[in-house]
Order: sequence, then C-alpha cells, then structure tokens
Amino acid sequence: MAAAESYPDDLKYHREHDWARLEGDEAVLGVTWFAQDALGELVHFEAPEVGATVTAGQSYGEVESVKAVSDVIAPLSGEVLEVNQAVVDAPETVNDDPYGRGWLLRIRMSDPGEVDSLLDLDAYKQVLADQ
Amino acid sequence: MKLIYEKSQPGRRSSFVPTHDLPAVEVPEELRRAEPPRLPEVHELELIRHFTELSTRNFGIDNGFYPLGSCTMKYNPRINERLVGLPGFANLHPLQEEDGAQGALELMWRLQEILAEVTGLHAVSLQPAAGSQGELTGLMLVRAYFEDRGESEQRRKVVIPDTAHGTNPASVTMAGYEVTPVKTDARGNIDVDDLRVKVDGHTACLMLTNPSTLGLFDENIEEIAKIFHGAGALMYYDGANLNAVCGISRPGDMGFDIVHINLHKTFSQPHGGGGPGGGPIAVREMLEPFLPVPAVVREDDGTFGLDYDRPNSIGKVRGFTGPFGVFVRSYAFIRMFGPRLREMSEVAVLNANYMLARLKDAYELPYDRLCMHEFVLSARNLKREHGATALDVAKRLMDYGFHPPTVYFPLVVPEALMIEPTETEAKETLDAFCDAMLEIAREAAEQPELLKDAPHHRPVQRLNEVRAAKQPVVKYGFADHPHLEPTAREPVVAEAPKGV
Repeated sequence: MAAAESYPDDLKYHREHDWARLEGDEAVLGVTWFAQDALGELVHFEAPEVGATVTAGQSYGEVESVKAVSDVIAPLSGEVLEVNQAVVDAPETVNDDPYGRGWLLRIRMSDPGEVDSLLDLDAYKQVLADQ
Repeated sequence: MKLIYEKSQPGRRSSFVPTHDLPAVEVPEELRRAEPPRLPEVHELELIRHFTELSTRNFGIDNGFYPLGSCTMKYNPRINERLVGLPGFANLHPLQEEDGAQGALELMWRLQEILAEVTGLHAVSLQPAAGSQGELTGLMLVRAYFEDRGESEQRRKVVIPDTAHGTNPASVTMAGYEVTPVKTDARGNIDVDDLRVKVDGHTACLMLTNPSTLGLFDENIEEIAKIFHGAGALMYYDGANLNAVCGISRPGDMGFDIVHINLHKTFSQPHGGGGPGGGPIAVREMLEPFLPVPAVVREDDGTFGLDYDRPNSIGKVRGFTGPFGVFVRSYAFIRMFGPRLREMSEVAVLNANYMLARLKDAYELPYDRLCMHEFVLSARNLKREHGATALDVAKRLMDYGFHPPTVYFPLVVPEALMIEPTETEAKETLDAFCDAMLEIAREAAEQPELLKDAPHHRPVQRLNEVRAAKQPVVKYGFADHPHLEPTAREPVVAEAPKGV
C-alpha cells in the first residue's frame, strides 16, 4: 500500500529528491515520497557493495520501476556501511515507507561539511513547488 | 482464448510424412535428444484458426492510428511488398556472383547515394540492421578515427543530453566509453552553458537526436557544433527523428559527422513486430576509410561490385551485405516521392502541430513552442486535479480504438505523453484522436474511474505491470499442466505413392 505524501522535518534533502538522516558521523540515505510517486512501484534496486565509496551529487545505484530506470543520487559522500537488504528483496518497500523501512544505504560520512549544502524541509518544499 | 498447448490432443497432427527410401543415418547417441520435443498437437485447420484468431487481437498500423512517439509508425505501402517479391530480388542468394546480381547491387548503391544526399554526408554503409546497431557501429568508427590519430586513450567520454533515447547511453557503455550527461534548458534545447564546461580534450563525441525526443529542433545546433569541433571531438546524429527534416535540413550541414538512419521508421520498412529493421550509417569524408566492409561500389565501367579492400575498416558488423529486403522497400518508398521527399517531412510536422494546437489547453505543454514531427504533453494537470495519470489516459485511449502514444518518456517531462502522428494520416483521423483525448480529459474530471479501470473493451484488461516485471512468465508451464504432455511414440508415416 503506497504511503501518503509526507516530508519529515528531521531530514536533510537533496534537490534530486533524496534524503539523509544524520546519526553522528553516519548517515542513512533514501529517496523522498515525491521520487517514489514519480517512479511508480519499484521492481528493482541496484545497490552498491558494502565498502564502496559514494560521492555527493553522483549516482550510487539505480532504482527501476515499470516506467523507467533512474539513477539514485548521493546527497553526501562516504563509505557504504550497510545496504538495506529488505529493499533489495522487496523494492516496493520504498513505496510503502520511503523514510522508514524503505531506507537504502547507511554510510560513514567522509566530509561532514557537505551537510551544510543540503536543503532543509522548507527549501526542499520550494524545489517541489517548482516542479 | 486458449493457448495452442491447451488445444493440443495427443496424437493429433497436421501432416503426414511419406516413407523415405534413403539409407538410414545413425545419429550418434550423444546428439540424440532423450525426450521428444514438447510440441502442441493439433490438426491443420485448428492451427490456422488459432493463429487467425490471434491476429485479430493484434493492433498494427493496418488496424488503426498508432501515434507511438519516436517510433514513426507510418503506412507501409503495399507496392513495396510487390517490388520486394519480384523474383530477381526474392530469389537472390546472398552468395550470388556479382555479375549475376547487378540489379540488386545497383539498388544498394543508389540507396547509399540517396542517404548520403539526405544526410548531407559523404559515404554510407548499409550494413547495420537496426538503429541501435548503427549507434554501436558509429561509436566504433569514432574509436577507429581517434586510434588512427593517436588520441584514443585520452578521449573516453561521450556527451548525451538527458532527453536521449535509452539506446544512446547503452551503446556508449557497450562501446567501452563513459557517458557525460548534459541538461536540457528551459526552452527544451541542450543547456549550452552546462555543455561548455563538460566538453574538452577528453571528449570523443556528442550523441544527439535533432529534433530531440521532445519533438523540438535544437536552436543552438551551430553553436553546439562549434563547441565540439573546437575541442577536436566528433558529432553523432541519432536519426530516429529524421522524419521531421528530410529535404529541409541535413545533419551534415548542421555539423554532424556520423548519422544513423532508421529505414524502418523514416523510410517505411514495417516494424514493431512487423519485420526486420535497417540502420545504415552515413559519415563525413575523413571517416570513410573506417566504414564496415563490404562497401557497394560503382566501377569505372559502370558495373557494380562489393569492395572488401578497405585496410582501415572496422570489419563486418552484419552477415553478408545487410538486410536486403529492407533496402528494396526503402528504395521504392523514396523513389515514389522523388524530389518531393520534402513534402513527407512537411506534412509530418504539420500534422503534429495541428494536434498540438488542439490539445495544449486540455493537457500541459512543458515547452510552449512549435513542434517538429512529434510533441510531448504532460498529464500532470490531470494527476494533480483528478488523480488520473498518463498511464490511465493511455489505457483509456485503447477503448476509443487507438494505439496509445509513448508514455513516461522522455524522463525530463513528468507524466509524459509523446505523440507522433506521421504524415500518412488524414485530418479526420487526427481529429478523431484529438476528440478522444479531449473527451478523456473531461472523463478524468467527471468519472475518473473510467480511466482507472480502462481498458474496458479490449480482449485483456489492465495488466499487472509490476508483477510482469518482477515475475515474468516467458514460457509455457508444462509442469502446471501434466495432462498436456505430448505423447512419446514412433512417428506415424504414410506410404509414398509408388512411381512418383
């Protein structure tokens, strides 16, 4: 069952419709409600390997829906600590719960200063309004 | 409708093979199959009825309007079929000696000359059998060119706009290059500022469709060509949308160095399950030495031949000389227009703009410009106001008897509906489709469930696309139907009549 539209205010956002939840020097990454709604029900998540490096602003994987295959953009740089196997096994988890069970990666940030360049909720809502 | 396997009855058959009178040949044990093939067993009339019924459930250009954007689903003139069936073409063997195939070679040579003229380039190879193979061949030419110049190591990047057909990045990856994406600006052109910072000495080429998949002609194409050629890079033209510009503007004049032409789109070869494709490539003079072999050439004495003596060639990309039947149909199509080929593109563009003008108030138009041979609308307004998506509109169109347009592409337009009427449709057909689109927009507001549950009047209802993508069933499940197992038995043979 698809989730209702929401954007938590405790997250940092990237304009390519990705979010980051900061936890010390680690961050949990995912895609926003808008992204999963635009894609439709996901059928595949092509995840990076644990230990791989992701770079802010660049693609770290792909999500595939019945409409299209899309790159997932990293909001922050760092090393991949964990991939959400629940999403690899059942990609529609992202549609059901994009900010909870549908998280994608946990990383250790290599440059915590990058957080300053991310959007807060109000700024991201402005991005959505311009869509 | 039952599957052919479900109609199968053990022992039933369509033909009887006469007894042979040749010595038996022992097939080595390891080459023999352990079990008989699982073939459906039906009699001939049942077989014919089955496939005739299936054919009535198909939808093709011969059934109705098929405005599938970027696919150029135009009429396939019947005279093409008559000409390709002439015994001199149809019975030709690919290993025929050149002096016994002069007519065929001349047709290929003339087609090469026409395609060079249409694209504004110097030399043509007819070999690639599809647009995607044309792309890969073109990129192999790019690599051969830079290897020859000693720049192959440094030039690894191919620039592709975010509106490109998916085959472009796929071909780049397959050819061993890296994709550098560039953005689209507010008018639907390539973002030239973004381009400027991304093109340098590491760039091998640009891959561009012009008009783009938005149906828009890039207004800055000359400046873009300057940027690439200034950096020593090449320009590749994806000819998927060539139907918009034939006889009006030429990729070679725009600055492109390599072009592939989709004979099955622009030049009327049936496609979309209707036949093989053809993806010839045309190149500027400096790339000719690298073209695939054999080239079809005219000798000094006026005869035609196949030239394999091209030491710098990238080699063969297709068996024999390419998809010959496609060449005959496309050649016939082009010669029917003759010098009036320009009218083909003019009417294709006129048809698209007529429809655009009728539909742009009911649907959103992301780039408000005159279009070329196709245009992209967005159903975003219907989704926002009534919860009806582009997919719902597409499915509802099927109830009105139309093939849906391309949806959700290009990706830069949310809820995209990409409509390409082609030049071969009458105004009444364009109006009927526009009427249906306008009616569907009204239905979305008044009875959105009509869209959500569509199609209502087709042999199959809305398909579960998610399940089809995740659990594709691509073969018949014999294990689920044990009673349909074919019977293992000795072949039944009939005696051949004596004295025949």
